[in-house]
Amino acid sequence: MARKRYIQAINEALHEEMARDPKVILFGEDVELAIMGDARGLLEKFGRDRIRNTPICEATLTGMAVGAASAGYRVILHMMFSNFIYTGFDAIANQMAKLRLMSGGQAVMPITVIAAYGGGGSNAAQHSDSGYPALVNLGGLNVVMPATPGDAKGLLKTAIRGNNPTFFLEAIGRGGEQGEVPDGDYTTPFGKAHVAREGKDLTIIALGSMLKPALAAAGKLEAAGINAEVVDPRTIVPLDQAALIQSVRKTGRAVVVDEARDRCSVASHIAAILVDEAFSSLKAPVKRVTVPNVCMPYAPNAERGVIPNEERIIRVATELVRSKAA
Amino acid sequence: MATTNTVPNAGQLVALYERMLLIRRMEERLRADNAAGKLPGAVHLYIGQEAIAAAVCLQLKTTDWITSTHRGHGHFLAKGGDPGAMMAEIWAKRTGICKGMGGSMHVADYSKGILGANGIVGGGFAIATGAAFAAKLDKGDRVSVAFFGDGASNQGVFMECLNVSSLWQLPMIFVCEHNQFSEFTPAKDITSGEIVDRARAFKIPAYVIDGNDAQAVWEAAGDALARARSGGGPSFIEAHTYRIQGHLEAEDLMLGGGKYREKSDIAAWQTKEKDPVSRLHAKLIAQGAATEASLEALDEKILAQVEAAVKFAEESEPADPNLPFELMFVGQSA
Repeated sequence: MARKRYIQAINEALHEEMARDPKVILFGEDVELAIMGDARGLLEKFGRDRIRNTPICEATLTGMAVGAASAGYRVILHMMFSNFIYTGFDAIANQMAKLRLMSGGQAVMPITVIAAYGGGGSNAAQHSDSGYPALVNLGGLNVVMPATPGDAKGLLKTAIRGNNPTFFLEAIGRGGEQGEVPDGDYTTPFGKAHVAREGKDLTIIALGSMLKPALAAAGKLEAAGINAEVVDPRTIVPLDQAALIQSVRKTGRAVVVDEARDRCSVASHIAAILVDEAFSSLKAPVKRVTVPNVCMPYAPNAERGVIPNEERIIRVATELVRSKAA
Repeated sequence: MATTNTVPNAGQLVALYERMLLIRRMEERLRADNAAGKLPGAVHLYIGQEAIAAAVCLQLKTTDWITSTHRGHGHFLAKGGDPGAMMAEIWAKRTGICKGMGGSMHVADYSKGILGANGIVGGGFAIATGAAFAAKLDKGDRVSVAFFGDGASNQGVFMECLNVSSLWQLPMIFVCEHNQFSEFTPAKDITSGEIVDRARAFKIPAYVIDGNDAQAVWEAAGDALARARSGGGPSFIEAHTYRIQGHLEAEDLMLGGGKYREKSDIAAWQTKEKDPVSRLHAKLIAQGAATEASLEALDEKILAQVEAAVKFAEESEPADPNLPFELMFVGQSA
């Protein structure tokens, strides 16, 4: 184990997987200079056939990923900000997510799409979305959201080695955060949630960027006499429903924290599952802490007002534990 | 104009005729079976455009890639797709080439380089460009061909793919089948300028040809292929043709009495002088490459092949309704 930054863990995974398999290629806008940081040093090591700057044409890049993967490559498409997924959405929604079924299983698409999501940097509404609910709804795509450097490296390796299209979503602004990264080659499996903190009074399910404020909130709740369990699903497709249900059956209460807008968020989906599957264990309603149904504002104070934070999690969790079941 | 010697010989012309006639007879049968209510979904027929798919694809190798359109049966058959597996797919049977999960608009055979017909107009451009990029990285002589219509040429992704293909000198051939209609709208009402000029703007060598002249298509495609295989980059072919059938079969129901063309316009393209199959037929006779009797026998053979394909489809088991749950992911449930 060694402490490493989130962005460094991602960079290591890219270096290691490209060295491991010559069929791995990476393309996207400004990847040669590694503007987003995660592709640093790849061009120098692997050359322009395997690392390539593209024109700004996301509608083509997503389709090219499908074509190059169909022709035998393991494609990593870097889309910078997750908002740019929208400009490339046709080939994502109509081709990447559907071709395997439509071709009767002929299409095999080892594609990893990397994009940074979320707010907090005054990047305004077109660079701050957490647009994954749309991806989750498409059906044929894996969606992974590492919260820690260790999981970032392990999940990215699983994505690159896998044979399904996978969106690897980086929590924006978290690149500098440090965490333990195992030594040597390892992968983190999809569909296995991680219990980041054990507790008995309630379960806080925190997605990606929300793990940090959730853990901070749990620490303060402890001081107030509330013992929170914090569960990080790590991948939302596939989703480790069993682990979430198991935790909520134990604690009887759940708060789901998600940086997506509330309406049809992943938090809504998880809340619905918990109500379906753990109803008899619930002592209180399942609560969601999400971004309200607004676009991300530019002003730092306005932005802080909508992104879920430690204080909101503490407030909702406290109300939940103190409320009486109906 | 073709710059290399790509003139088809007598044997190639007969093979071309056979492939075109197979497409024609398959499509006629689908037209009849659609009218009889035997097919579960819509079909978009390729009648009148056969020369383009056949003359391009007969010069491709199995390992070359193509992407096709919603009007994709012709490309599938031209590239060597199995008629029975295609028919069974359209009949929604488990023996279909896509196990009944894709249907008419999605016939694909990856083992033969057919990356699929596509229900999204312009959906094939970037997939073909990605395959061409892969071919370039492989440093072999594979090529990638995107078939599309005049309608798709108004999609922005067309210009994006022209740019990428030219920029990286990809082994890519853009084949625009200008059949004069975007769904239910004449091209002249919605397309400005000449489509070929869009390719020329990206310095891509371009050909404008009579798409109902099978030999002209053969020669332009041969030229483009030689360029692509030798590292000379992309080419563009604008093949002028005419869509004989509606956008889709049974379109009269959708038109509700409205019309976007005259019956006489269609008839003008069905004459012996215009129809691509009739034209090649006449050429084979005139050149002595075939006799009326030999072509009659060929037609009988093809009709039997079509009959066998339909019989196979009809007698096959319905699609497996559980398959969608298995096929969303590799090794992972839906």
